[in-house]
Amino acid sequence: MADPMIAQRNRHRLRASRMADLASGGPRVLITKIVVLGLVDAIALYAIIVLFLTSQWIVLIAVAAVTIAVNWIYFSRAKLPAKYLTPGLIFLAVFQIFVLLYTGYVALTNYGTGHNGSKEQAVSSLMASALERVEDSPTYPVTVVDQFGELGLLVTDPDGDAFVGTADTPLKEVPNATFDGDKAVAAPGWTSLSFGEVLVRTDEITALAVPFSDDPNDGALRTPDGSSAYLYTSSLEYDEAAGTMTDLNTGVVYSDIGTGAFTSEDGQELLPGWQIVVGLDNFVRAFTEESIRGPLVYVTAWTFVFATVSVATTFFLGLFLAIVFNDMRMRGRKVYRVLMILPYAFPAFLGALIWSGMMNQSFGFINQVLLGGADIPWLTDPTLAKVSVLIVNLWLGFPYMFLVCTGALQSIPEELNEAAAIDGAKPWSVFRLIKLPLLLVSVAPLLIASFAFNFNNFNVIYLLTNGGPRDPSTSIPVGFTDILISMVYKVAFTGQNRDYGLASAFSIIIFVIVAVIAIISFRRTKALEELN
Amino acid sequence: MAVTRNSRRLSRTARRRFSFGRWFRATGWRHVVGVVVVLFAGFPLLFVVSASLNPNGTLTGSNALFSTIGLDSYVRIITDPVNPYPLWYLNTLIIATVTALLTVFLGALAAYSFSRMRFTGRRVGLITIVVVQMFPQLLAVVAIFLLMTAIGDWFPEIGINTQPGLILVYLGGALGVNTYLMYGYFNTIPVSIDEAAKIDGAGHARIFFTIILRLTAPVLAVVGLLSFIFTLNEYAVASVLLVDVEKQTLAVGLVKLVSNPRYADWSAFSAGAVLAAIPVVLLFLWLQKYIVGGLTSGAVK
Repeated sequence: MADPMIAQRNRHRLRASRMADLASGGPRVLITKIVVLGLVDAIALYAIIVLFLTSQWIVLIAVAAVTIAVNWIYFSRAKLPAKYLTPGLIFLAVFQIFVLLYTGYVALTNYGTGHNGSKEQAVSSLMASALERVEDSPTYPVTVVDQFGELGLLVTDPDGDAFVGTADTPLKEVPNATFDGDKAVAAPGWTSLSFGEVLVRTDEITALAVPFSDDPNDGALRTPDGSSAYLYTSSLEYDEAAGTMTDLNTGVVYSDIGTGAFTSEDGQELLPGWQIVVGLDNFVRAFTEESIRGPLVYVTAWTFVFATVSVATTFFLGLFLAIVFNDMRMRGRKVYRVLMILPYAFPAFLGALIWSGMMNQSFGFINQVLLGGADIPWLTDPTLAKVSVLIVNLWLGFPYMFLVCTGALQSIPEELNEAAAIDGAKPWSVFRLIKLPLLLVSVAPLLIASFAFNFNNFNVIYLLTNGGPRDPSTSIPVGFTDILISMVYKVAFTGQNRDYGLASAFSIIIFVIVAVIAIISFRRTKALEELN
Repeated sequence: MAVTRNSRRLSRTARRRFSFGRWFRATGWRHVVGVVVVLFAGFPLLFVVSASLNPNGTLTGSNALFSTIGLDSYVRIITDPVNPYPLWYLNTLIIATVTALLTVFLGALAAYSFSRMRFTGRRVGLITIVVVQMFPQLLAVVAIFLLMTAIGDWFPEIGINTQPGLILVYLGGALGVNTYLMYGYFNTIPVSIDEAAKIDGAGHARIFFTIILRLTAPVLAVVGLLSFIFTLNEYAVASVLLVDVEKQTLAVGLVKLVSNPRYADWSAFSAGAVLAAIPVVLLFLWLQKYIVGGLTSGAVK
């Protein structure tokens, strides 16, 4: 009986709200909408053209699909929630979810220093690095030309024909070049450089090598002076069919054995190599290679210790202070409160840098003044550095816990106190048996959030100790106070060799750990079940 | 005479000693704790202010607190020809402000739909947002670097080594961190206000822009400020994406300035730190009430 009535009422309400929307939209809203969508479409169109010219088909399809979806969502009558969610979701999808998936992909490759690009790029870069001038080669008169900032060489060959080419495009015949005597001096679409301009860009010009033809073995033309060029060929010979590089000077054959670099029989690699998918190699390395497994184990253990102790110390100091200052009779509580939360208001990265100066072993304030010229290695001793990191993180974090605990304490009704006092409970048992459990219920989610934050608290580690002191026994740049996330950063960006593959594998390990923690904590707190 | 004066003094001291003891047990010891904690909390800040006023540059020279006072190091950091501090300041201000404004906007849009509309996938969406909070973008810093390098090849304006590119990356975290906070606050605004407006002929867009956004201004301010402070403090991604010195942020630039403490111009760094921190600290203290409310409202019910 009731159901059809409710359904009908809902239908009516829906229709009424739709009419109201139509009536209220007004021309201004419509115009704004069309202008904004027009801008979005124009930018998307520009992106699609650029992607078309660079033949990035997958990205092009993705951009086109998103653009069509956006237009469809905003021009349709319904899809109201989507209209509000789409802008944020696009950013979330690209810069949070996609990049995490991409991290997973990079973890399966050998991407890093020496393995940056495709095989073709590796071949041409190897050949170019081994260029040697061909003796007795003819002299080619050249004019240096420029097109949109890209340098090219306008070459006249011994037969008197003009050719033009750049570092990326091999020589191609120019039918209608302008000649001055036997030498081509200008070509349509290119600007010839004057003598002065050649002088200014000498470094660029002498570094320029224009491939002679599509076959890299034919060599390249280079000009030492900007007016005549000579043929250079590589001392390496590339055999595309066999996939081998041969060093013509020594006769050593380097072949592609599937490791992403040309390798000789005795294991010598020619670098740069190229990027390949190596499967789980990075994970296998992380778990079996002793010089990586050792640091990984102690860094993971320290990450847990760091996050746990940080949460515990900040929470207990914060709670203690909240209790101490939660007394109405005390004067000047506001002043104390403001002064105590200063570390929290102060930018954290600056806090870490200032502490690193104060804890400096030879010049820092703590050793020089507070301890009267002591020589305590606050940041350079493996154990003491960990203590220092915890002290600084306590400084950074206790005001937050103080604020949180104060709020939680004040939300506990005063009647509980009075009732317990009437029943004869002592203050300590009132606190331990009544207040603390109530407080823990309300701050537990914040403690978990704080743990998750400290688990990846990059700044305090990296800016205070730089992860150091450095562990000399390992092949990767890692130190004794590094946590997982700072190790990822250092392996990827600061070492002699950037190893994106291994760093991404570490990222995935963090991801898994955090996911496990998240699952456990959400099970425990039932936070997700309360969502409605 | 003498006796009475003596006895009066005696009784006064007796009363005072008695009241001091009581006072100490009740609130006095709290002041002792307070002073100790304030020293711990405030000392590094005192040190940096003193160092910044010290015209003599090194770390050792900064150890004698407030021994010499001058504004030389402030002049030095602002006019440094190698380290463009004013540009870093401006860059940080622009990047953090734009990121904060857009973060608030994107988050508010999403929170409005979660709070006011019922649709399939709503619960999944809310759960996603809570779960995504646990995985900071920092985890994917390598992939972000590679992605922005690739984007830079196709669109140099928003790729690596550009500030718009960095802002786009930061916006990826906009929904994750803040939407849940806003969602909670939006739920406290009675739906009857929306309905009254709807009866008066307002559409959903007008309700959102003219009613909801105004009524939820406190939480928008909190989210904006938290986002601003987060961006200001962010080092890892900014250091990887911003290569040119004149494009960098304060965090990237100032870290480089003291990377070698032995030779660093410590007073100039301190001056730069003080100049950078003052607006943030003032803003934080000014909005303190709202921030504390916002931080705890998510969990403390």
